[in-house]
Amino acid sequence: MRVDDMRQRAEERRRYLDGFAHHLLVCAGLGCQGNEEIVAALNRAVNERGLADRVLVRRTGCMGLCALGPLVRVEPNTIVYQGVRPGDADEIVTALGRKPVTRLLLSPDLPFFTRQHKRVLALCGRIDPDHFDDYLAAGGYTAVSTALTAMRPAGVIRLIDDSGLRGRGGAGYPTGLKWATVAKAAGARKYLICNADEGDPGAFMDRAILEGTPHAVLEGMIIAAYAVGANSGYIYVRAEYPLAVQRLQRAMREAEHNNLLGHAICGSGFDLKLEIRLGAGAFVCGEETALIASVEGGRGLPRPRPPYPAERGLHGCPTLINNVETYANIPLIVTRGADWFAAAGTERSRGTKVFALSGKVRHTGLIEVDMGTTLGEIVNDIGGGVPDGRALKAVQTGGPSGGCIPADRLDTPVTYEDLGAVGSIMGSGGMIVIDETTCMVDMVRYFMQFCMEESCGKCAPCRVGTVQIHRLLGKFCEHRATPADLESLETLCDLVRETSLCGLGQSAPNPVRSALRFFRQEFLDRMVQPADTPEHNS
Amino acid sequence: MSLTLTIDNRPVSGRAGETILQVAADHGIRIPTLCHLEGLSGLGSCRLCLVEVAGGGKLLPACVTPIREDMEVLTRSERLDRHRRRIIELLLAERNHVCAVCMANGSCELQDLAREFGVDHLAFPPLYPLLPVDGSHARFVLDHNRCILCTRCVRVCAEIEGAHTWDVRNRGSRSLIVVDLDTPWGESTTCTGCGKCVAVCPTGALFEKGRSVGELRQHRPALVALVAGRSTEGA
Amino acid sequence: MPRSLPDHRTDDRRWNAVDRTMQRHDYRPEALIETLHTAQERYGFLDPQTLGRIADRLGVAPSKVLGVATFYNHFRLQPAGEHTLAVCTGTACHVKGNDRILAWAREQFGLSPGETTPDNRLSLVEVRCVGACALAPVIVTDGEIRGKKSFAESTAMIGEWLGDAGR
Repeated sequence: MRVDDMRQRAEERRRYLDGFAHHLLVCAGLGCQGNEEIVAALNRAVNERGLADRVLVRRTGCMGLCALGPLVRVEPNTIVYQGVRPGDADEIVTALGRKPVTRLLLSPDLPFFTRQHKRVLALCGRIDPDHFDDYLAAGGYTAVSTALTAMRPAGVIRLIDDSGLRGRGGAGYPTGLKWATVAKAAGARKYLICNADEGDPGAFMDRAILEGTPHAVLEGMIIAAYAVGANSGYIYVRAEYPLAVQRLQRAMREAEHNNLLGHAICGSGFDLKLEIRLGAGAFVCGEETALIASVEGGRGLPRPRPPYPAERGLHGCPTLINNVETYANIPLIVTRGADWFAAAGTERSRGTKVFALSGKVRHTGLIEVDMGTTLGEIVNDIGGGVPDGRALKAVQTGGPSGGCIPADRLDTPVTYEDLGAVGSIMGSGGMIVIDETTCMVDMVRYFMQFCMEESCGKCAPCRVGTVQIHRLLGKFCEHRATPADLESLETLCDLVRETSLCGLGQSAPNPVRSALRFFRQEFLDRMVQPADTPEHNS
Repeated sequence: MSLTLTIDNRPVSGRAGETILQVAADHGIRIPTLCHLEGLSGLGSCRLCLVEVAGGGKLLPACVTPIREDMEVLTRSERLDRHRRRIIELLLAERNHVCAVCMANGSCELQDLAREFGVDHLAFPPLYPLLPVDGSHARFVLDHNRCILCTRCVRVCAEIEGAHTWDVRNRGSRSLIVVDLDTPWGESTTCTGCGKCVAVCPTGALFEKGRSVGELRQHRPALVALVAGRSTEGA
Repeated sequence: MPRSLPDHRTDDRRWNAVDRTMQRHDYRPEALIETLHTAQERYGFLDPQTLGRIADRLGVAPSKVLGVATFYNHFRLQPAGEHTLAVCTGTACHVKGNDRILAWAREQFGLSPGETTPDNRLSLVEVRCVGACALAPVIVTDGEIRGKKSFAESTAMIGEWLGDAGR
């Protein structure tokens, strides 16, 4: 599609949307169940009152406040209704232009709404993910036409480098540097991969982005492919996300149909063919080299690095792998600039981050904040604090590869460096709130069980080490552990961390180490002295 | 192209593309290995050959890491040997390695390594898994109790013999070496009966029928020549 | 690995769908996982005969096909029961007590995750995070996500679902 055509279509769609006095936006995210019935009921109510040319009912991606869903938002005036049922449709339609339905109304002053900084999620919850023109109307695909027709690949890389964007999948590797490495790598054929495996239990940021604004991810991938010189790409989506796969497939078809994928994109000389590859349930496939092995049709076994995928990846060719959220940031940087991007966040952790907040917190859901926001602000202000009068115990970040940050460290800012300093990691964005009723030893045993069951089995330290650590943690949980067990535990954590082949094994001991650092007493309380043990050296 | 580096403070040289292990071996410096076999693809999975490289944070597997100019490699240290000892202990505790009743007693690479690294007791409790023995083949036996999942058998069958009879099923600690679609070995439709897998097995997991305890003698020098001669690795 | 001659279109529409997936990828070995997905969708599970035919068609060793089929959580080598109860064991769901549901299921139906009742009525599976963490604790009954229920509500709901289903 030529740039002028795109602009015209966007204009037309905007005019169409502006032609309505009211929009009724219904959250069609996974967390808002029954949204299809709500859409149907609202449409019925609108039609019955003869308001079809004045009121538009639209489905959108995740609006974020999953705890209080199903959500419906009325525009203009940003009136948000919570816990909506199909039976509320008549009241909602009747209330348009009048006093809102009080019993359903959510205060617009909720910190959940006012304290976020939506960039990646700006369109999520605002546009219909299945409607290509909605994305265009919101400015979509202007970044692609700018990059492909007005910039050189090296210029795109420099821009991303200047922005300071770091990989949002967890490792925080400088994105511009990765792109430059792939671009410089020798080889006629290069590949692009989007890691949509999101295996961390407790993380659903990528799912929401794929379901809510799939085109943003595609746009980022097209620009990235152009920058590094890749003409073939894959989106590796985990099997547990069928709705995301569906939305992506549709978005890809629309993009192809509109000359935004395939041959001579936007009339430029650049070709890109994208394909979806399904995962089949293996956490280890979130690791780059294991993911590649899976795309190649094999067992998801990681490979030693070096060589890194940027130099030798899929089918032995230079391969760029980035996370969903990373790609979703790209169109924004291209249209708004590196300075704009860096204006949010901190010096070394620039931009914003999407988090999936869950656990013992009132406002579980999807949020986006500036890097550098404190954990306390996220949990207590945005999250609404711990319910049922309980005390906060810790916040877990980074999933099974991360650590628990205790309640007295809530002033920790969410940056790569600060989270690392307290023994955790940024991770992909899963954030679990833990209260006083959860036992930390049980918590870390749960994570170790996960790592043990998801271990690929290739290397002995991870394969066997996680089993032994899990056994020891079981002894602690059963109040049967001895001081020798504590020593063994620390020895094994050391071994697994230093000698495992890939990131899964290397970071499997993190939750244990973090708990031993901040909650050591819980371990000591579960120990007996050797003379008291019923069995010997079990 | 020739590169110079130091291994254990000794200046050595090698060709670009060679691994640390190869260059070390060329200079008589022994690095312990288990999954590695000259002529088979390298995996870097047993982690015994991990070495320290100055300037890097992580330990690197010598068998698959290419040398670089001015690399400073340390192959032995208190820390490295401690890790090796513990890995051997983990392996011994993982399955049922009872030397006293094993064909490979006295001719076993795992046993040799245990002796070399002073493993005289297990710091980790043995897991005692219940594992089968497959004696269905006319000439050979697979005893999963002795298997350390080094996958030499898988690689030699796939890469050298070209039959790909063996692979690994499941994942993690449930991993098992498998024949075809989990067929008894004796009913395999792909096995050629060449015996290469038996020859490359470092422990007593794969052995010839008719051998008694301690009677399995590997013809390792001949084997290496055979495997290296037939492969295209590093050619 | 010699490939057999192309299958003529068979009466088995299930196999034709599997073949179409392989064809879409030019019968390359890397199509294996996509092919196994199609096979499981159509046949309900991956039986040895189907695996053998796929191995043959893609030119992939049977042991490799089995290795891939058994590596991933999603693939089943045993048929599933009439109904499937999936209990999410993600972190948020764990914190909200889903291990109690698993313990209850073991007691009620004698099932551990991955097992099916002898009368084939119910299969119990563990799912590692469906990504609906804000709805924790999440239980999935025949593909339908049910979240945010207390232990009492969940167990009652499961009882109702099984009682109603199949009538």
